[in-house]
Amino acid sequence: MLHPYLDPEEALVRHDPPIHEQSKHGNVSKKVKLEFGDVDAALSDADVVVEGDYAFHGTTHTAIEPHCAVARYDADGVLTVWSATQITHYLHRALARVLELPESQIRVIQPCLGGAFGGKSDPFSLEFCVAKLAMLTGRPVKMLWTREEVFYAHRGRHPMQMHYRTAAKKDGRVLGVDAKILIDGGSYSSYGLVTTYYSGQLLTGPYDFPSYRFDSTRVFTNKPPCGPKRGHGSVQPRFAFEVQLDTLAEKLDIDPIEIRRINYQGASTETVNGQRITSSGLRQCLDAVEQASGWKERRGRLPFGHGLGVAASMYITGTNYPIYPNEMPQAGIQLKLDRSGLVTVFTGGNDIGQGSSSVVRSIVAEELGLDPASVRVFAADTDLCPVDLGAYSSRVTFMVGNATIDACRKVKEKLVEAVAAEWQVAPDRVLMSLGEVIDVNDVDHRMSTRDAIRIAEARFDTLGATGSYNTPKLGGNYRDGSIGASPAYSFTAHVVELAVDAETGRIDIRKVWVAHDCGRALNPVLVAGQMEGSVYMGLAEALMEEHGVDDKGLHRGPSLLDYRIPTSLDTPEIQSLIVESVDPEGPYGAKEAGEGPLHPVLPAISNAVFDAVGIRLTKLPLSPARVLAALRERSAKQEQGQVQVALPGAE
Amino acid sequence: MLRLPRFDIAEPRTVREAVQLLVDHAPDVTLIAGGTDLLPNMKHRLLEPKLVVALGGIDELGALRVESDGALVIGAMNSLDAVAASDDVKRRAPALAEATAQISSPQLRRSGTLGGNVMLDTRCRWYNQSRFWRKSLGYCLKKDGTVCHVVPGGRKCVAAASNDSVPALTTLGARLVFEGQAGRREIPIEELWKSDGVFNKHVAPNEILVEVRVPPQHHGHRGAYRKLRDRAAIDFPQLGVAVRLDLAASGEVEDADVVLVALQARPIRVKGVADVLSGKKACTSAFDGGVASVADHAFRQCHPMANIPGDPDYRRDMVPVLVRQALSAAARPDAPAIGVRARA
Repeated sequence: MLHPYLDPEEALVRHDPPIHEQSKHGNVSKKVKLEFGDVDAALSDADVVVEGDYAFHGTTHTAIEPHCAVARYDADGVLTVWSATQITHYLHRALARVLELPESQIRVIQPCLGGAFGGKSDPFSLEFCVAKLAMLTGRPVKMLWTREEVFYAHRGRHPMQMHYRTAAKKDGRVLGVDAKILIDGGSYSSYGLVTTYYSGQLLTGPYDFPSYRFDSTRVFTNKPPCGPKRGHGSVQPRFAFEVQLDTLAEKLDIDPIEIRRINYQGASTETVNGQRITSSGLRQCLDAVEQASGWKERRGRLPFGHGLGVAASMYITGTNYPIYPNEMPQAGIQLKLDRSGLVTVFTGGNDIGQGSSSVVRSIVAEELGLDPASVRVFAADTDLCPVDLGAYSSRVTFMVGNATIDACRKVKEKLVEAVAAEWQVAPDRVLMSLGEVIDVNDVDHRMSTRDAIRIAEARFDTLGATGSYNTPKLGGNYRDGSIGASPAYSFTAHVVELAVDAETGRIDIRKVWVAHDCGRALNPVLVAGQMEGSVYMGLAEALMEEHGVDDKGLHRGPSLLDYRIPTSLDTPEIQSLIVESVDPEGPYGAKEAGEGPLHPVLPAISNAVFDAVGIRLTKLPLSPARVLAALRERSAKQEQGQVQVALPGAE
Repeated sequence: MLRLPRFDIAEPRTVREAVQLLVDHAPDVTLIAGGTDLLPNMKHRLLEPKLVVALGGIDELGALRVESDGALVIGAMNSLDAVAASDDVKRRAPALAEATAQISSPQLRRSGTLGGNVMLDTRCRWYNQSRFWRKSLGYCLKKDGTVCHVVPGGRKCVAAASNDSVPALTTLGARLVFEGQAGRREIPIEELWKSDGVFNKHVAPNEILVEVRVPPQHHGHRGAYRKLRDRAAIDFPQLGVAVRLDLAASGEVEDADVVLVALQARPIRVKGVADVLSGKKACTSAFDGGVASVADHAFRQCHPMANIPGDPDYRRDMVPVLVRQALSAAARPDAPAIGVRARA
C-alpha cells in the first residue's frame, strides 16, 4: 500500500513516491518567493518585532445546491451541457479540449444556481461524464452529486501554516513584514498556482509596507483538493497579519484602530509589490466602525469576558490575469433593441445568486433612460452570449458593468442622433430619461423611448451594439507580477463585540459592525447582502467550520450535520456600513463587495477575545476547547506569577 | 443525490394492527413515527426494511392528558413541539419541556415525536455515515462489521444514547407502556436500557411504545435540562444533563436526581445525589457546596469517548459545568414551578 500523505509538513520533505508521479518537485505543487525592499534591514532597524505562528484549518463552501450537470447530444452533433458552474466559458473550453470537439459544437448553459462561493469554478468530473455519456447513448444524462461527494470534490479554502514577523518603529509605523507560509493543497492543483501567489501578493494593502518578503509553498497531500473560496488565498494571511498588528498595538500601547490609521497607505498610490491603488476608503471605513461601535467610549471599559476587536483588509476587484493568456476582452456584452421597445442584453457573466444580471439590467436602464421592466437579460449561455470570464475574483460588476456601459453608449449615440435629426436640434439637447426622450431646451417636446427606437431603426437599420472591457496593463515589473494585480481594490474594516464564557470557553459574538468601501453601491441592498453574507461565512470559519480528515485519512463527517455551519440562532446582529470612495475606473465608481468584507471578521474575533480575556488565539478555528485550554494555560501562568493580572477591562 | 432504498408502507389504524404487521413481516420491518431520524438512517443504508409501518394514523397514540392523580400521560406520537409547548408538561415536567424544546429545529420538532426520541437509535460518528464512507474502514461493530473504531480492539459497541428527552424522563420516574403480541406491559424507563450500542433497549421486535407516563411529582418539584452542542439548533447532544430537585416548603432539598445522556450506550445516573443535597436549602452556600460536590461526582463518574462529534476531553470538562448549571437553574426561585403547588 502506498503511503498516505496527510500532513503537509511531511509531504514537503518526503516523496517516496510523490503523489503525482509526473511531478518534478516531489510533492511541491507551487513555490513562490518574492522580496520587495530590504526586509532584513527593516528587522534590524526596528524598535519592536512581533513574531508568531498562525494556522488556518481548512473550510469548504457549503453552497446549498450540490454540483449538478445535464447533457444532451443532438442529432446534428451539438452537445449542450447545463451545469451549476460559475464559469461557463472555462467549462466550454475544457469540454472542447477533453472531448476533442470543436468549441463551436458545444453549448454550455448555466441555469439559476444555489450558491457557488468559488466551489464551482473548476471544471468538474461530472460535467465531462454527462457529456460523454450523452454522446455515447444519444440520450440526455443528468448527474447530481450527493453532499458527501461535494465534500470530497471540495476545492475549498486551503489550510495554511503561517509564520510572520512584523518589524515596526516605536511610533507604530511598520518597517517590514516577513512571511513564510505552508499551504496544504490536497490532492490536485485546482487554481493552486494563483492561491500560492495570492497568499503573499494580496497583503500589501491597505497598509504601507516599506519592505515585504513572502515565501509560500503549496504541497500536495492525499486529501480533498483545495481551491478558490470567497477571498481566495488571502483570508488566511490576513488573519495572521491583522492579529500581528493587534499584538504590535498592544506592545506599543497604541489603540488598535489608531495603529491601522498610522500605517494606512492612502489612495492613488502604489504598493511595495507594484500594485496600483486607485480609490481607497479605508480611513472612512475605520471611522465608521469606530463610531458605530462606540469604540472610543467602550473599549477597555467593558467587564471582564466582554471585548471589542478590530481588523481591516483589502481585496481585488477582478484581476487582469486570465486563466489562459490571451489578448481578447475579459468581458463582452451584446445589446439588441427593436421597435417593440424592449432592450435585450446578452452577457456571458454568471449570475450565481450575487445579482449580477440585475446589475446589468440596472446599468442598461440607467444608460438608456429606461424602466428596468423594458430590459431583459440573458446570461451565461455560450451560444447566445459573448464571452465573459465568469464569476470569480469579484470581477463581474466591475468588468461586465463597464462592458455594459460601453455597449449602451454606442447604441445611445445612434438613438440620440436619430431623434436629433427628427427634431432638427443639436444632439446635446436630447436627453433620455425614464422611458422618454426629451428636448432639454423645450421639455414639453418629448417622445417615448420606444418611438425613438423606431425612428433610429428606420434611419440606421436593425439596432444593436457590442461592448467590452479589458483591464489596463497592471502589475509589478517582475515574473508573474500581474497575478493579484487588479484594476481596483476594495477596502473593509470590522469591529466585533463578543463575550467569552470562561467556564465553557464558548465565544458568543454579540454584534459585528462592517464598513466596506465598494466604490459606489449600484444596488445598496445587494451590497449589504454581500457584506452580511461575508460576515456570516467568515465567523462560521473562525468559530465552527472545520474541513478535515482523521488520522486514517477519512473525512471527519461529509454531511451538513457533522460539518457545522451556524444557524440563524448562532448568527449575531450585523450592521453594514457602506462606504463609497467612487473609483475612477469602476462603472459609476463601483468596486467589489462580495469577497473583501469576509476577511477582517476572523482576526477581529481573535483580537476581541484578547480584549475580553487577555488570551491571543492564533490557531483557527476558535473552538470552545481551544479557548478553554488557553484560558487554563494563562491561569496556570498567573498562579506562577508569569503574567500580569491587570487586563483591559478587568474588574 | 442520496436516495431512500425501496420499501412498502403500511398505515394501520390501531396499535393491534401495527403489532400484527411487525409480527407478520419480521424481521424486515420497522416503525416510522416522525421519520426525522429513520429516513436519514435509511438513506445511509443503516437499515433497509422491506416494510415501513407508519404510526401516524393511530389516534390512540396522540393522547396528552393529566389523570385525576396528577399523572401526565403522553401518547408516543405527540410531536416534540406539542410536548415542549404543552402547559401541562411545562408545569408538571419542566425538565422534559426544556429538553424537547432543544431537540433539533422547529421543523423537525413538528415532525419528530416523543416516542421516536425515546426509541432513538444510538449514535456514533463511525456509524451515522453513508455506506460508502463506512465501507472504507470495513464497517464497524454496530453495522455490517466486526471492529470498533472508537475503542480499538473493543468487543462491545459504545455508540451513544443521544435522546434529549430521556434524562428528563428518567429524573421524573417516567414509565413506558409497550404493546406487543403478548399484550401490554409497563416498565420504569430505567429498565429499558442495556449497555449495548448495537441496540440499547430491552424491547421485543414486535413491541410498540404506546405512551409515556410521568407520575405525579413532589409538590416542590423543580427540573431543568442543559445541553452541550456546537449550535443553538439542529445538533444532537454532545452531552445532556437533566436534574430534578424536590424542595420542601422551607426550600430544603428532600430528594434530587441527576441523569446524563450522550456519553455511552445508556443514560447515566449520577450516584448519591440525593445523599449529598438532602437537607440543604436551595440558593444557600451549603446548597452551592453540595452542587459543587455533585458536579465533582459526575466528573469522576463520566468518561466520554470519541464516539460522537466533539472532543471527549472537552465533553468531560463540561460534565461538571452543565451539572452545576442545571442544578442552579432548577433551584432558582424563578425556575418553573409545578402546577400542583398552585392548585394546592
